Amino acid sequence: MSEPNLSFLNRLVLAFSAFWQILTNTEFAVRMTGPQLSAPEPTATPAPSKPVLQETLPDSALQLLGLLQQEGRFVDFLQEDVSQFSDAEIGGAARVVHEGCRKAVHEHFKFEPVREEAEGARLTLAEGFDAASVRLTGNVVGSPPFTGTLKHHGWRVAEINLPKLTQGHEVRIVAPAEVEL
Amino acid sequence: MSESRYSVGIDLGTTHCVLSHVDLNQSEREEVIQEMVRIPQLTGPGAVEERLALPSFVYLPHPDELAPDDLTLPWGAQASLLVGELARQLGSRTPIRLVSSAKSWLCHPAVDRRAAILPVGAPEEVESLSPLQASIHYLEHLTAAWDHQNPDHPLAQQSVTLTVPASFDPAARELTAEAAAAVGFQHLTLLEEPQAALYSWIQANGGNWRKQVKLGDVILVIDLGGGTTDLSLIAVTEQNGSLELNRIAVGDHILLGGDNMDLALAHVVKTKLAAQGTSLDMWQLQALTHGCRTAKETLLLDTSVDSVPVVVPSRSSRLIGGTISTELTRDEVTQALIEGFFPHVEASARPAQRARTALTKLGLPYAQDAAVTRHLAAFLGRQVGATHDLPGFEDAASNASFLHPTAVLFNGGVFKARQLVERTLDVLNNWLAAEQAPPVRLLEGADLDMAVARGAAYYGYARSGGGVRIRGGTAKAYYVGVESAMPAVPGMEPPLQALCIAPFGMEEGTEADLPPQEVGLVVGEQVRFRFFGSSVRRDDQVGTVLEDWSPEEIENLEDIEANLPAEGRTPGEVVPVRLRAAVTEVGTLRLEAVPSSGNESWKVEFDVRGED
Repeated sequence: MSEPNLSFLNRLVLAFSAFWQILTNTEFAVRMTGPQLSAPEPTATPAPSKPVLQETLPDSALQLLGLLQQEGRFVDFLQEDVSQFSDAEIGGAARVVHEGCRKAVHEHFKFEPVREEAEGARLTLAEGFDAASVRLTGNVVGSPPFTGTLKHHGWRVAEINLPKLTQGHEVRIVAPAEVEL
Repeated sequence: MSESRYSVGIDLGTTHCVLSHVDLNQSEREEVIQEMVRIPQLTGPGAVEERLALPSFVYLPHPDELAPDDLTLPWGAQASLLVGELARQLGSRTPIRLVSSAKSWLCHPAVDRRAAILPVGAPEEVESLSPLQASIHYLEHLTAAWDHQNPDHPLAQQSVTLTVPASFDPAARELTAEAAAAVGFQHLTLLEEPQAALYSWIQANGGNWRKQVKLGDVILVIDLGGGTTDLSLIAVTEQNGSLELNRIAVGDHILLGGDNMDLALAHVVKTKLAAQGTSLDMWQLQALTHGCRTAKETLLLDTSVDSVPVVVPSRSSRLIGGTISTELTRDEVTQALIEGFFPHVEASARPAQRARTALTKLGLPYAQDAAVTRHLAAFLGRQVGATHDLPGFEDAASNASFLHPTAVLFNGGVFKARQLVERTLDVLNNWLAAEQAPPVRLLEGADLDMAVARGAAYYGYARSGGGVRIRGGTAKAYYVGVESAMPAVPGMEPPLQALCIAPFGMEEGTEADLPPQEVGLVVGEQVRFRFFGSSVRRDDQVGTVLEDWSPEEIENLEDIEANLPAEGRTPGEVVPVRLRAAVTEVGTLRLEAVPSSGNESWKVEFDVRGED
């Protein structure tokens, strides 16, 4: 599935918005006559040379929610108002959530630290370090090499092993209703 | 016959199936290239995952229960019934559509194993399966999974070793081979599970195993699966200067396994909750059983923990308010598991037998005594003479009251709980100390969950010339019941004699001699014979006739039956035949009726239809 799923209501709103934009916004109207509507967000007008924000597909996110719910009752837990319960009651439920979600996550993802050094260790980042995997904080001035203290070693997902989904599987149902006959 | 590229071991377990393979092209001597096979299966509606184990469950869904698209497997099939993880999950909520423990039913003498009897108590509209069909479905799924991953080397053409409990009777072995034939396996061998576990140990130790055992050793293998306890004794002998392994005895079929233990714990907690005024429904009890399994493993692994919280989530979306919290303490686990299943008993202890009530519901013949140690005592006691005739065992204590093992190999996930291993060793060593025998050594290094499949794949490799083999042969001598010729006495059945047709220890691919005695078959009629086995009478030869015997030494097996076709004969005519036994290359027992004249012979079948 390559398109985000939109409900009828969403599409209705979008249709009216597009209708209005075409009427009032010349630039938008010109783009609409082009071969493709690249972004549904009408106010974003990216020039072809600029980096584009991409939509993430909801399928994997929904699948993960489903797994966390199935194994660890994650959605049930978040949907409840915890203010009316005692800590002991919340603690009992938290065990279910922790144990189940932990199992689900560990079954499908393999984590490894981004930096192998012990937290609290001093380390030096050479020029050209990967800014995506290391975040600089505090007195960020000057130029590399940077020397600092490792506050958090970071996590990288080394392996992903999500269940394959059959075509046409409804991922939005993260927990089916249960009816006992 | 095409050359097999792989030796594939299949552990067709009561609760899980596991698959492993050895690459025959790339393995040489003790350099064995082996891998576990991941088995794709539905783990949720519409979700397919690869797992190391395929839960041995079949679920027969209602036509409206699941969308057809949600049942697609990687090889494109849309199954009309479910096998594996999703089957287990759905079945836990709808047990009337769940087939489980098919393997135990395969060995159930009181039911027809070719009849659609599973799930037991299913409503009429559910299309039931026979225990045989259920086994075929597991094998079909494994085959499809393998073929999908290895399109150039279909499983049917590989050298397949399928494991069976050592205690499986000839009929159950034959049914297992029949299931394998139904999926088309062309190079099949059956291997006893405790032997497979020992092969896995041998392989894990590389060439080093010879240093860990010596001539005169008796290795006791205790294989505690999800549903069964399987015992075997393997003696270390010497032939031309090199060590050999001989499987000298196997235990009875005991339906007692890890699942019983988790259930026992769940009942402990359930009782505790009931005392506090909280009652659990079936769904909650299942969740509790699962929670207890995890808690048990924590408590039995880590002796510094004294109690582990156990939580039963509510079934509704209100998780926090409805969740029941309690705890499982070390005392409770010790009491229920260690004292319940592994109590300190004397070597002379025997399992308790309760008389079954007349109106037992159709069910599996679960062990009536949960004490594994008592079953073990009975096994070692019965096999006290198992090493009598073996060279190298002359020193064995002549006044021993039970067979003295010198080493123990544990198998099955239950023994991840280290304390259960220690308790079993404790009990054994107490028995040995009482008879001035040295304590047993623990053989370590095998993977408790995967050993059977791994060992089976390794065995296929060893057979093709790559390594040591355990010599075994049949673990029983077999007898047919013949009526003794005597004048009829009203009100008295003619006494039955047992005629030995297959001696103890027949090897695969061998044929027993024809007994001198003839029996009469009636042309065109089904003729049934009583059939017996003995795991202790090692010296009886073909033709030996027993007049009377104790139930301790001879056990009743399923009847056998012969059907003599009427071609060229007068129906009703009595034809004298002799019964010949052979052990096939696959490892099943084959019986034939051979007439005194002519060259024909007819297959004699095991009656697997159960009691009339």
